[in-house]
Amino acid sequence: MVSVRGLHKWFGPLHVLKDIDLTVAAGEVVVVVGPSGSGKSTLCRCLNRLETAGQGSIEIDGEPLPAEGRALARLRADVGMVFQSFNLFGHKTVLDNITLGPTRVRRIARPEARQQAMTLLERVGIADKADHHPAQLSGGQQQRAAIARALAMQPKVLLFDEPTSALDPEMVNEVLDVMVSLAAEGMTMIVVIHEMGFARRAADRVVFMDDGRIVESGAPDDFFAAPRSERARDFLSKILQH
Amino acid sequence: MDALTAHLSELGHGLVTTVELTVVTTVGAMLLGIVVATLRIAPVPLLRAIGTVYVEVFQNLPLLALLVLFVFALPTIGITFPLFTSAAIVIAVYEGAYLAEAIRAGINTVGVGQAEAARAIGLTFGQSLRHVILPQGLRAVIQPIGNICIALLMNTSLAAAVGVVELTQAANNVNLVEAQPIAVFTGAGLAYMLLALIIGQVTGLLERRLAIVR
Repeated sequence: MVSVRGLHKWFGPLHVLKDIDLTVAAGEVVVVVGPSGSGKSTLCRCLNRLETAGQGSIEIDGEPLPAEGRALARLRADVGMVFQSFNLFGHKTVLDNITLGPTRVRRIARPEARQQAMTLLERVGIADKADHHPAQLSGGQQQRAAIARALAMQPKVLLFDEPTSALDPEMVNEVLDVMVSLAAEGMTMIVVIHEMGFARRAADRVVFMDDGRIVESGAPDDFFAAPRSERARDFLSKILQH
Repeated sequence: MDALTAHLSELGHGLVTTVELTVVTTVGAMLLGIVVATLRIAPVPLLRAIGTVYVEVFQNLPLLALLVLFVFALPTIGITFPLFTSAAIVIAVYEGAYLAEAIRAGINTVGVGQAEAARAIGLTFGQSLRHVILPQGLRAVIQPIGNICIALLMNTSLAAAVGVVELTQAANNVNLVEAQPIAVFTGAGLAYMLLALIIGQVTGLLERRLAIVR
């Protein structure tokens, strides 16, 4: 479904992604972990070309990522993204946030789009907030609305860029629960996250990044029980102590 | 006072012309402002350059000079418009530069994340602008846009210099007959003030109506 070959990325003199190879099969849930500054988010953002790759190739569902314009917009419609800071459209109600893509990009009739949106809102547990504006929702509710917005496009892949990092601790679980149920239903997901519990529960594969490289990747049980690299052992010992 | 009441129809025509000129130019300037502000944030360098040149040229020339140039210079190369049309075009083009800068400031208040989220669901650049960026950017600068509209109203009086009989010119004509400058121009001034107050009220109303829930 997603195939990355020899991806490099520079921010000015900073070499943030170094020769990344990553293949994600349909239905697979890949969780990307690693210390901050290791390039996880940048990798995630390269996959729908919010960041342009410096070198290397990215294919989504067998199609190389288009460079610009309408072809790129079409591809992005198939690649959902959930952001750390939700990025719901502030001037629109929750329902209108969700129907914008389906009506404008997919050209679905409004009543049908609204119906689908309500179904999705029920699924993420905030149907009663449909007519509220984003600012009237808690962080957890906003993130669940943002997930519903991404799902409304019926994406082939969902990217999560630290979806719980901006949330109060007591709201993390309501978002993770939605993500776990999506994973269980066979959604292809690439998740950058600091919640190791989610990685254990939902990941088919854990990818550990450090200093712009994929250092190791493996099944979550193996990775957490016996990380192969020194860097991963060090990372896990620091975050799992408490 | 008699000086005013004796010439109500002339002054009234002038007032109507001022209102017409203001409405037509406001609409034109808003459209130009949105287009030019969009050019200035476009991903294509050439478009950004065009937007910048537009703003720098029309913000940095006096409106009166532009009016005179347009009305008296263009006919020498064979292009003539009716006077009202000429004045409307020039004022709209001129105020469009100011509105473009106000609108661009509004666009800059919209977080980068909004544009990224819009692109991430597959909206094109134009769709993102129309459905996500501009609706929020414009809301942020309703007040400055209102101020520019008031300045625009005042600037329509410069059309008098190129022969449009709007309120100031009408008042001037009446004064030439009556020689009562205090009464005539105070009356015209009050009319301008009233129009400006209306624009201010509409601005305030729009700002409250369209406020983004925060």
